[in-house]
Amino acid sequence: MLSYIGRRIVYALPIMLGVSLACFALVHIAPGDPLVSVLPADASEALRQQMMVLYGFDRSYLEQFALWLFRAAQGDLGTSIASGRSVSSEVMRAVGNTLILAITATFIGFLFGLLFGFVAGYFRDTWIDKSASVLSVIGVSVPHYWLGMVLVIIFSAQLNWLPATGMGPTGSAGWQMDWVHFQHILLPALTMSVIPMGIIARTIRALVAEILNQDFVQALRAKGLGELGVFTHVVKNAAPTALAVMGLQLGYLLGGSILIETVFSWPGTGFLLNSAIFQRDLPLLQGTILVLALFFVALNLVVDVVQSFLDPRIQRA
Amino acid sequence: MSQPIVDVSNLTVVFSGGRVPVKAVNGVDLKIAAGDAVALLGESGSGKSVTLRALMRLLPEKTARIEADRMTVAGQTVLDLPKQDLTRYRGGIVSMIFQEPALALDPVYTLGDQIAETVVRHEGVSFSEGRKRALDLFERVRIPSPQRRLEAYPHEMSGGMRQRAMIALALACQPKVLLADEPTTALDATVQIQILLLLRELQRELGLAIIFVTHDIGAAVEIADRIAVMYAGRIVEEGPVRTLIREPRHPYTIGLLKSRAHGAMAKGGRLETIPGSPPDLAALPPGCAFAPRCTFVADSCATIQPPVVQISPDHAVRCLQTDATQNAAPKLIEQD
Ligand SMILES: Nc1ncnc2c1ncn2[C@@H]1O[C@H](COP(=O)(O)OP(=O)(O)O)[C@@H](O)[C@H]1O
Ligand SMILES: [Mg+2]
Repeated sequence: MLSYIGRRIVYALPIMLGVSLACFALVHIAPGDPLVSVLPADASEALRQQMMVLYGFDRSYLEQFALWLFRAAQGDLGTSIASGRSVSSEVMRAVGNTLILAITATFIGFLFGLLFGFVAGYFRDTWIDKSASVLSVIGVSVPHYWLGMVLVIIFSAQLNWLPATGMGPTGSAGWQMDWVHFQHILLPALTMSVIPMGIIARTIRALVAEILNQDFVQALRAKGLGELGVFTHVVKNAAPTALAVMGLQLGYLLGGSILIETVFSWPGTGFLLNSAIFQRDLPLLQGTILVLALFFVALNLVVDVVQSFLDPRIQRA
Repeated sequence: MSQPIVDVSNLTVVFSGGRVPVKAVNGVDLKIAAGDAVALLGESGSGKSVTLRALMRLLPEKTARIEADRMTVAGQTVLDLPKQDLTRYRGGIVSMIFQEPALALDPVYTLGDQIAETVVRHEGVSFSEGRKRALDLFERVRIPSPQRRLEAYPHEMSGGMRQRAMIALALACQPKVLLADEPTTALDATVQIQILLLLRELQRELGLAIIFVTHDIGAAVEIADRIAVMYAGRIVEEGPVRTLIREPRHPYTIGLLKSRAHGAMAKGGRLETIPGSPPDLAALPPGCAFAPRCTFVADSCATIQPPVVQISPDHAVRCLQTDATQNAAPKLIEQD
């Protein structure tokens, strides 16, 4: 079992290397002068050259990549051009904030997605199924920045129940587990949960309907199991696929949503990416993308491993 | 026959899910004595599986309408059982084994757990108690290295072993009646024989009544005391195995026997098949459903539903032309 996990990690290494290369290339392919945001418009050519050397932009791409990778492996992602702070600390703080939002949204989305999916699959083609399906179609098709704004208009502007933006009251540093902070997370999390909810509900519905159609379900009834007993078997059969879908969704949410975080001014990775792009802050952009991509790879790895333990038919040898 | 363990009279099943109602079973009468093995023989689509599922109330409640003048199994009136008693009845009094054990076993549970679960469910014993029973059963159905096989998942076993495990599962809670729905059809010929022998042996040892569904006369002869031939949702002929093989009286049974390869092939003759195709269950004729394919057909066959003709006390036929079929039996079996 350990060797299986070890092997999966080794397989993931080339993927990670490819991902880093892509991150690096992506940022350098983009046109424009990387120093435009830090230099005054009338800066002398000498000063420009000096800055180029300072940030290492004068070297060859290969050198830059090797150096960047070498440092990144040690946790040093360079210095943000815009803020002058270390990229890794900026990214990590944003990742933390996004995690809080993503996990809350995941929880809401998975809970309702699973609930709707199982109910719809079990009562297929009844009105229960149809209402659940309509809800999930709305979930995946509504543009969520629009939904976010509608929620803000209703609950913040009109009813004045919940705050519209930010992660907490002004002056509070970071996240805390209290009612005020919970109020701040509610709207963005709800907005964010809608998509995984819809996708999970639809996947689980199809999955449950397919499982219920298999012969073994009739055989379970034939051996005298009640509905609860049958349900347990259905859940265990659905678990590996459900887990894979949920892992993927969690990955998307962890990537943060530029739109949602911008609408709600949530200081997460999406927000960070947004400002890095607009300020042409190359090191910050690179670092953020890299961390997010590695996160995704790692998550996939975890899902694969867990899935192989839930489903005996997946070869582990 | 003293108190029969399975007593079915005038069972009908109509499916109303599609555009037109499908009459899958049209008045089946079946009495089985405790410890007897009956083979239900017929082409695919003749309503054999539906009959078995009706006996377990496994048909979809929304689309299947089941009616019977009488349907009792071990004294229980099947159609009146409330939900609670139904789960006790299934697996406790009547068990079922399926054509494709690969599909009928839950792929993500070990075989041991699937058996133990059933025992726990029916007898309220501990799970480890259930596992012990599973081991006994695996030994009983002669699965080699049973201890290890209990930990196996269905996909890790061969077809024959899976069917043995399925049999073990079905016998887990000492049922009185075993319903076997083509349990050997999906298996290799040699494995088929082994499974048939095992079933017959278990049936004798445990005093099980078996309804063995098959479309293979060979398998029916191998395992059964009696054969009931089914056509278009009716039992058209029923009697002891010997009688049915030597003196079949229904044209359909005669046709089935003729289509058996054995003797005809040995002599280099052509294999005779019954011409025509099975009737549309959504539009059954008022008379005999077999009439359009029958070589003995007369005018009355198209309009009159043949009543049961008792050839001898334990040999019954639903045919209007029993006089004509008297000596029409193929002389194939003698050469076996
Ligand atoms: N759940 C169902 N809904 C509708 N029709 C069914 C259903 N199950 C079986 N039937 C129909 O009933 C007829 C008899 O089927 P079956 O009993 O499975 O035949 P077999 O003798 O091959 O086992 C077939 O025409 C089949 O299409
Ligand atoms: Mg069948």
